[in-house]
Amino acid sequence: MLEGIFVDGLIFSIMVIGVLISYRILDFADLTCDGSFATGAAVATMAITSKMGLATALLLASAAGAVAGTITAAIHNELKVPGLLAGILTMTMLYSINIRILGGRANVPLLRIETLYTKFPTVFGFVNSSWALLIGTLLIVIFVKTLVDLFFRTDLGISIGALGSNEQMIVSLGISPKVLKIIGMALSNALIAFSGGLLAQYQGFADANLGQGMVVQGLAAIMIGEFLFDSNKISFITLRVVLGAIIYKALMFLGRYYGYYINLTPSDLRLLTGILVIISLIIAQTRSAASSADARKKALKRSKERFRADKKEHRDA
Amino acid sequence: MLKIEQLSKVFYPNTVNEKVAIEDLDLNVNKGDFITIVGSNGSGKSTLFNLIAGTYPVTGGKIILDGKDVTNKAEFKRAFTIGRIFQDPTKGTAAKMSIEDNMITAHKKGMRGLRMSLNSTMRTHFKEELMQLSMGLEDRLKDNVGLLSGGQRQALTLLMTVLSRPKMVLLDEHTAALDPRNAQIVMDLTMDFIKRYNLTTLMVTHNMQHAIDFGNRLIMMDGGSVILDLKEEEKRDLTVAKLVRMFKSIKKKDYASDEGLLVT
Repeated sequence: MLEGIFVDGLIFSIMVIGVLISYRILDFADLTCDGSFATGAAVATMAITSKMGLATALLLASAAGAVAGTITAAIHNELKVPGLLAGILTMTMLYSINIRILGGRANVPLLRIETLYTKFPTVFGFVNSSWALLIGTLLIVIFVKTLVDLFFRTDLGISIGALGSNEQMIVSLGISPKVLKIIGMALSNALIAFSGGLLAQYQGFADANLGQGMVVQGLAAIMIGEFLFDSNKISFITLRVVLGAIIYKALMFLGRYYGYYINLTPSDLRLLTGILVIISLIIAQTRSAASSADARKKALKRSKERFRADKKEHRDA
Repeated sequence: MLKIEQLSKVFYPNTVNEKVAIEDLDLNVNKGDFITIVGSNGSGKSTLFNLIAGTYPVTGGKIILDGKDVTNKAEFKRAFTIGRIFQDPTKGTAAKMSIEDNMITAHKKGMRGLRMSLNSTMRTHFKEELMQLSMGLEDRLKDNVGLLSGGQRQALTLLMTVLSRPKMVLLDEHTAALDPRNAQIVMDLTMDFIKRYNLTTLMVTHNMQHAIDFGNRLIMMDGGSVILDLKEEEKRDLTVAKLVRMFKSIKKKDYASDEGLLVT
């Protein structure tokens, strides 16, 4: 049971890293995610059912996500509309496209066919099957996280971070912000779609509605992670995201499992997620207010001490 | 270095808010020139900088930078030649990133690849560069830039701008937001860098004394055109009082001609 939460959380964490790239690193409020997550699931599922191989399926899923991200960034760049609107446009169009990819159906099962999650128990035969799934997923997450960490330490990755913090600085350095936005959004949605491709294999089906509410869930996980520890190092930031994603899934599991005591149904979980985000925002705000009040108090104390020391020096002289 | 011909800029053309910000402006900047630009608010100084840098498209005229016509070139392409520092110290640096990440981004111009340039040699190099600022920033490479004071950020911006080796710098009142002591430090650093790297410089300032003390040429702008252009020899024995008198006499001439129009 516990392993299930971890597998769920780990698959979800790859998507949250994607959301992190758009929201936190690029400062681009991107809703493409709700569509590209399902796109990833759909593409992977269709590739697997047509026997293309598991690696190809995940690669194709990521590529489809990258295309979706590129389209959002291009709409934003060329038509000069806010990122939010560009994302909504792509997301809306993707709903129709996803159903096309799934061959006109809203739901395609992956039954009696080999997927990563039917393979893991044989690959990691030395433990029982639920632990094998956990190990396999963990390895994938470590691989993806390491790649993302490395990317954001390259010159290109750092310049994408700088773009999110100060676009004028990037322009002043002779770099086209449009190109950086396309690269960042493609990467973000590639990860999101990859995560969708994994989830489809784990739960054994792809669904056109799979992505609904993903952005908010991703934000909730990012915010939970931000409570854990403070850092400006990318490897810690992504670690924080992975932990936040697992904690989020655990909270939702608790809501589903014990919620019926207080008459909670699965359909209430969205409401809970939203409230979780709002509470996180309130806590973050009071914390920053408290820390600045604290800093002010300390500064006043320091200046008083300096004043006293000066006076003493005066007297001594 | 920079040649501006018949430059004009009209904001909101054909509307009630139509405003002519720059009118038939000609300017020829030689290599190695250090020009100070003065003028009241709304005289077109900042608009001129925005047009040179490419932030706004021009309405008419030509801008020739380093021998190339850049009139219709994107801002990021012109940035290869131009380094620009704004009045707002937060505009030149990325607050959410560490000092070293900021510096690695600024150490060259143009698109980046997948190399990881930030290594120990780079860090020592950055420390040496930061040492010149004598602000103790060399020990804070991993700190976020958002933690620095305005003076420190502007000094860092200056350092980062020269790090990327532009041929020309546009200084847009870059010490105006700082307290007198920090303004002095940043101004001293500016002069030091300009001399060392032989940068062609345009500096907008509201500090008349600065405008007189620095540079080899002084330009006064009003109503979107250059109304006064003093070369090195004329500038040498200039005082603030003289400059203000010149400004007033030019303005009065305008008033007189305006009155003339009304009477006849």
